[in-house]
Amino acid sequence: MNDISHPIDAGPPHAATVVARTQESPGIFTLQLRLDDAAAQATYRFAPGQFNMLYLYGVGEVPISIMSDPEERAVIGHTIRAQGRVTQGLAALQPGDTLGLRGPFGRGWPLQEMGGRDVVLVTGGLGCAPVVSVIHYVLRRRERFGKLVIIQGVKHAEDLIWREQYDRWARLPDTQVLVAASEGAALWPWHVGRVTELFALARFKPDCAVAMMCGPEGMMRVAADSLLARGLPESHLYLSMERNMQCAVGRCGHCQFGGAFVCRDGPVFNWGEARALLAHRGY
Amino acid sequence: MSSLPDHAEFLPLAQLPSLVSRLMALGYQCLGPAVENGAIVMRELATPDSLPRGLQAEQAPGRYRLTQDPHNRYFAWANGPQAIKPQAFAPQESLWRVERDAAGDLKFAAVLPAVRPQAIIGVRACDLAALALQDAHFLRAGRRDPHYAQRREQLFLVAVQCAEPAATCFCASTGDGPTPTAGYDIALAELSDGFTAVAGSAKGEAVLKDLKLSPATPQQIEAARQQGCASAAAQTRSLLARNLRDTLMSRLEHPRWDEVAARCLACGNCTAVCPTCFCHAEVDEPALNGASSEHGRFWDSCFGETHGHLHGFNVRPDIRSRYRQWLTHKLATWHDQFGRSGCVGCGRCIAWCPVGIDLTEEVAVLTASEAQP
Repeated sequence: MNDISHPIDAGPPHAATVVARTQESPGIFTLQLRLDDAAAQATYRFAPGQFNMLYLYGVGEVPISIMSDPEERAVIGHTIRAQGRVTQGLAALQPGDTLGLRGPFGRGWPLQEMGGRDVVLVTGGLGCAPVVSVIHYVLRRRERFGKLVIIQGVKHAEDLIWREQYDRWARLPDTQVLVAASEGAALWPWHVGRVTELFALARFKPDCAVAMMCGPEGMMRVAADSLLARGLPESHLYLSMERNMQCAVGRCGHCQFGGAFVCRDGPVFNWGEARALLAHRGY
Repeated sequence: MSSLPDHAEFLPLAQLPSLVSRLMALGYQCLGPAVENGAIVMRELATPDSLPRGLQAEQAPGRYRLTQDPHNRYFAWANGPQAIKPQAFAPQESLWRVERDAAGDLKFAAVLPAVRPQAIIGVRACDLAALALQDAHFLRAGRRDPHYAQRREQLFLVAVQCAEPAATCFCASTGDGPTPTAGYDIALAELSDGFTAVAGSAKGEAVLKDLKLSPATPQQIEAARQQGCASAAAQTRSLLARNLRDTLMSRLEHPRWDEVAARCLACGNCTAVCPTCFCHAEVDEPALNGASSEHGRFWDSCFGETHGHLHGFNVRPDIRSRYRQWLTHKLATWHDQFGRSGCVGCGRCIAWCPVGIDLTEEVAVLTASEAQP
């Protein structure tokens, strides 16, 4: 499913150049990258929900989901939190700097199953990044889908990135935007409290919807309970999972989740595939 | 399993060096048993007649001691901490290399190992079964690991029937031994005056042909068969032969996980000696002059603190969840990945565990019918 591209294999990476850099929030930045090999850039295709391995020279690789529009051919976008050794180094890169890229990897969102349905997106923190390309995808083909419900939760109000976009999406017809911050701030126009408190406000037809979740596992469990309780069929509920990934091709073993290699068999799973193990802490 | 083909050659005891010598003449680097730090390891044989005799390894939970075989046989030892795995899946190797020029541009290049043909003499049925599983993982269709493939293709495997199982062995219960049935180039069974020898590949057949051996007598073939049966019967440990997947996965909150976690040191010895464990970490090693960096991999363990590391938190922060991950992967979810259990009954994880945790005992408790989930 969604296997529309030929991934650049397990290694070595391809050289890529930073075309643009945006500081999204104090700790979050976006890098727009272009593969140095023009032919590789021209043939590069990905599906929303897939990820790349980004390599920082002399330090190592990290898996980063692709946030750009899949129709965009000139650049490949990644929104990253400066957190560890590699991502803090990536944060220091400026336009013109070079890094390594291999991908795309994994199974993306079930775009084919969305046709004619309401689309419900539930994300927490930077979980919005792997899902934003789905929003672009739907907005570009608006007539093919029912209602679009975008639910995003953050810890602190200043953690919310793409604030103008949420404002813009909220004004579109048949589009509902529900944003919550556990801790608000001055002029915060959205809900203050847990994002889970907003689920009841979401307007969609449960028997004719597809829901996709990405964020902390605890949040996704609560979201799943709420969506399923409203009558969403389990087969139409999806989540994107996060695990330690080093090889990205189902070989190094770190991302195993039960019998699945998250990098290869995921990161997107149907709720039914993941539900049983998500109930066990430490699995 | 104790089946042996109806036909076999007979390699007289005095001619064992001629087998090694033939392999050396064919260009193989020959590895065989050697004693190092009180254990049997596979090391390069200096000469065709340098295979040691009379070694035995007494094994028990948390215990491995070399002893003297009263019959002075070549292969009376059950196994050592490692056999084939390091030869195909290198403990540490480079995957690719990157150079950075003055302008900051990066040039990437794959690094493939230079390997010479290698023959391993004395591998056991459990290790052949484990190698088949490593093959299934690293040579998966469409995703062949070129580093593993390069080493693997150079291997020539001389297997030996295990006649003297250790107390930690349970390959008979997993269906993987003690008599090699597949995956070898040549399989030997050691009798008092020599070896029955069977070829398992065209390469093996050519080598046996070069040795101009006589056919083994029906009595010799029968003696080898009976020796395999006796060896299987002598095994004192066992693992339930049925698929344990559903049972174990329904007991993920069993109190035994806490109990075993209190004993487990999370040292990772079991994963280091396990012939099927395939986890590896990737690491970058930049050159001191800053002009290049080498990206490699090394064996990793799901007992390590970094195995489940994610930005800001650890998926498996405690030993309970790590032991559970290891055991349920090996015996339960391995079925989903490879269509069988990941345990071949070699017993190494039992012998080399510093606190003597016995996998067969843990499984017996976890799967006991009266146990509550």
